[in-house]
Amino acid sequence: MAAAAELSLLEKSLGLSKGNKYSAQGERQTPVLQTNNGPSLTGLTTIAAHLVKQANKEYLLGSTAEEKAIVQQWLEYRVTQIDGHSSKNDIHTLLKDLNSYLEDKVYLTGYNFTLADILLYYGLHRFIIRKLRHTEVGN
Amino acid sequence: MRLFVSEGAPGCLPVLAAAGRARGRAELLITCNPSTLGGRDCVVPFLTRPKVPVLQLDSGNYLFSTSAICRYFFLLSGWEQDDLTNQWLEWEATELQPALSAALYYLVVQGKKGEDVLGSVRRALTYIDHSLSRQNCPFLAGETESLADIVLWGALYPLLQDPAYLPEELSALHSWFQTLSTQEPCQRAAETVLKQQGVLALRPYLQKQPQPSSPEGRAVTNEPEEEELATLSEEEIAMAVTAWENGLESLPPLRPQQNPVLPVTGERNVLITSALPYVNNVPHLGNIIGCVLSADVFARYSRLRQWNTLYLCGTDEYGTATETKAMEEGLTPQEICDKYHIIHADIYRWFNISFDTFGRTTTPQQTKITQDIFQRLLTRGFVLQDTVEQLRCERCARFLADRFVEGVCPFCGYEEARGDQCDKCGKLINAVELKKPQCKVCRSCPVVQSTHHLFLDLPKLEKRLEEWLGRTLPGSDWTPNARFITRSWLRDGLKPRCITRDLKWGTPVPLEGFEDKVFYVWFDATIGYLSITANYTDQWERWWKNPEQVDLYQFMAKDNVPFHGIVFPCSALGAEDNYTLVSHLIATEYLNYEDGKFSKSRGVGVFGDMAQDTGIPADIWRFYLLYIRPEGQDSAFSWTDLLLKNNSELLNNLGNFINRAGMFVSKFFGGYVPEMVLTPDDQRLLAHVTLELQRYHQLLEKVRIRDALRSILTISRHGNQYIQVNEPWKRIKGSEADRQRAGTVTGLAVNIAALLSVMLQPYMPTVSATIQAQLQLPPPACSILLTNFLCTLPAGHQIGTVSPLFQKLENDQIESLRQRFGGGQAKTSPKPAVIETVTTAGPQQIQALMDEVTKQGNIVRELKAQKADKNQVAAEVAKLLDLKKQLAVAEGKPPEAPKGKKKK
Repeated sequence: MAAAAELSLLEKSLGLSKGNKYSAQGERQTPVLQTNNGPSLTGLTTIAAHLVKQANKEYLLGSTAEEKAIVQQWLEYRVTQIDGHSSKNDIHTLLKDLNSYLEDKVYLTGYNFTLADILLYYGLHRFIIRKLRHTEVGN
Repeated sequence: MRLFVSEGAPGCLPVLAAAGRARGRAELLITCNPSTLGGRDCVVPFLTRPKVPVLQLDSGNYLFSTSAICRYFFLLSGWEQDDLTNQWLEWEATELQPALSAALYYLVVQGKKGEDVLGSVRRALTYIDHSLSRQNCPFLAGETESLADIVLWGALYPLLQDPAYLPEELSALHSWFQTLSTQEPCQRAAETVLKQQGVLALRPYLQKQPQPSSPEGRAVTNEPEEEELATLSEEEIAMAVTAWENGLESLPPLRPQQNPVLPVTGERNVLITSALPYVNNVPHLGNIIGCVLSADVFARYSRLRQWNTLYLCGTDEYGTATETKAMEEGLTPQEICDKYHIIHADIYRWFNISFDTFGRTTTPQQTKITQDIFQRLLTRGFVLQDTVEQLRCERCARFLADRFVEGVCPFCGYEEARGDQCDKCGKLINAVELKKPQCKVCRSCPVVQSTHHLFLDLPKLEKRLEEWLGRTLPGSDWTPNARFITRSWLRDGLKPRCITRDLKWGTPVPLEGFEDKVFYVWFDATIGYLSITANYTDQWERWWKNPEQVDLYQFMAKDNVPFHGIVFPCSALGAEDNYTLVSHLIATEYLNYEDGKFSKSRGVGVFGDMAQDTGIPADIWRFYLLYIRPEGQDSAFSWTDLLLKNNSELLNNLGNFINRAGMFVSKFFGGYVPEMVLTPDDQRLLAHVTLELQRYHQLLEKVRIRDALRSILTISRHGNQYIQVNEPWKRIKGSEADRQRAGTVTGLAVNIAALLSVMLQPYMPTVSATIQAQLQLPPPACSILLTNFLCTLPAGHQIGTVSPLFQKLENDQIESLRQRFGGGQAKTSPKPAVIETVTTAGPQQIQALMDEVTKQGNIVRELKAQKADKNQVAAEVAKLLDLKKQLAVAEGKPPEAPKGKKKK
């Protein structure tokens, strides 16, 4: 899913009605948001965090210092690890690590649903769909 | 909470520098545990790969991301996160880190240096620098130091602590980095992690990392990229239209030709030199592109800008090599120089090099000026005398210069090492250290004897040099490799350099006891520029002792940088005679031949005199050499590529456009430029052409010769597309309105052709003159290039006879040239790993595929220009990509983006 589409989807689920326009930049097609007041914002997680604040849902960024840092850590994980690797081996390791991390948790920060869960879900979507298709073909 | 760090792990730098923020707010235990690196002891239980640094929180949770740990420390100190910081941290993780880890890997693990390391991070460094200088704040997120500064500083520190990798032109980055590095927490973090070993402390860590994939993901190709059209503002369009309408009247009067050319007060005076080719060798294509041809393009461009320009060069004639050559050919050194000077001059004349003077170094002026500089250095105490152990051949009764000795390399045991350097291991050798030395002339064994020599006291001049560089480099156009080489010489500390040699063929040393010696070539060769000017005009000092009014550009290959960037400036500064010193040192990388090096002895490669016998015109050679100019990185001459570029870029793109534009004027409008009534689309085209013209100027002002050539081809592509979309050949048969439209399109196209002829002049002077004769372009418009696109062929202007500009190169012709000049055979036996089921195709198949790619490319462009249905465009693009892939396979290149396509 292109980053712009992902951000529009996020806008909707946050209840933002405005509908921002995004452009893409560079080889990695990094999304850019043109804001009315002030300079533009670049980067998927940066823009996502900005939208969350715009919707007055700061709790999605974590409530304590610890939660905030953990949310940002997984957001970084999303853009460097999940988006960065596409070899089968890498994906396998990545899913294994996540699985073992989530064994004793409901959400990435523990018990609270945050932006990290949303963006990781979007990011993993493509692998998991592909995997499902494989299974279907196998059957 | 517990922080796990490790010596030599780069991520620990920012974490330790930020840790202070948490002090007093939580208990922090720091464990320095190098064994976690081995993977035996993995701190984070859920991660497969070991990670350092890691912060174990009191809740039992882990932070394993460097930025997240730093962020946590900042959050504990009461800081609130903001968009700008988030943006810097995301950029650091996604853009900076991949580039940086590649650079560190090349530097530390692979032992690469200079541009090979810096190349992968340059873009990122420039980005930081621009951001800092644009916001005009000392720190990344404002007036005070913040999380973003610490994280980026920590990431960059291992590389940038070596000044050689902190480009001086990035002055904002420079001062930001210095400010942070001098702060106490940062200093202490650096000491803990790097242990004063500099970047080498990272070696154990980096060796365990996977080799980075090519950092920019950009393969080295000479292919033009599909250009995205820039968006234009109404203002830009309006300005382009106004400039166009002003036409010829906006051209200033031509500056009168002077002879000799002398600096003029109040004007821009540009003095251009190209490295003096050594006389005893016929230059090969690499030599030609490296200095004379590159300098020629700039000199021609400089004249088109109406700058007061003097371009000089000459043969470097003194030295050992000439004596050796004379011995080989049974001539005197003077006879050798006379003979080869003419060969050089002829070659450059054939290549259309526009020297104002092409001199030589064996002149009385050379002796006079060299001895004068030497005397000044001597009286000012910058010359040392010392005794040197040197090899002397008793049979030949003389001391042997380095190149006259051969022997076994003391480092690697190579049997034919030269007295100055081993060809095998590349190490510099002191001739007396050679094992089993032999006199190259008589093959007897020389003995070691001591003899007196003179040394230039460079350490004493180092401070002046540094001051001068500090004034000169910032804001100048020194190429990155020139800056790097100069910096690294200075970093290692200058040593006294011997300036005398035991030879006869050289400038005599005017000092008692040195009657048998001459100056070493590198001391006096660079003085050749001055003496050549002195032979050109007796007022040479107006150029060479006039640093305030003269802008000196020196062109060379990178091996010549130390003599122009260090040694000569030291001599000139020490002589204290107000010499003009180099303002812009322009150094190229190396040009290879096919898959290897040019080699005279093995008869591999094309040499200047042979180029004339190939039947390929000089301008085509110029074009191709400039197209592949080793600007920023090494490049290679390839016959197949020459054919491809000639047939695609020159014949199908540039030649086709210019010829069609002219033919329409002749055929449909009786040779007279028709009336033009510009539509908004035409106005947009004017603005696009203007934009590209301005890009051309920006690039050439920065001496980015290869890149500027792309602008010419881009404009011509715009032109082809314009004709293709508007189809004047059909409209001319239509209604009155259609005929008027055909007129406008033809008129605009032929004016673009006229503009191209001027832009092309520095690159292909003969072709440029041919186009201008065909179009009967008015004289001032031929010799002046402004930054705006003007209508120089107004309605009613009569053009001359139009004929094709370029000839197709045929495969068999190129194939026979390839065989004649050797090399390239390696092409037919690619590495075994690459061989799949496809073998390399023959030239006919390649040509057929090339034609198809061109054809399909045109289809796609036309569809795009007509804003056709997206799906239709996508389908045609897919076909194009497929054809390109087939072509790549046929040419034996690995197809692009082979990921995940392998069949089992």
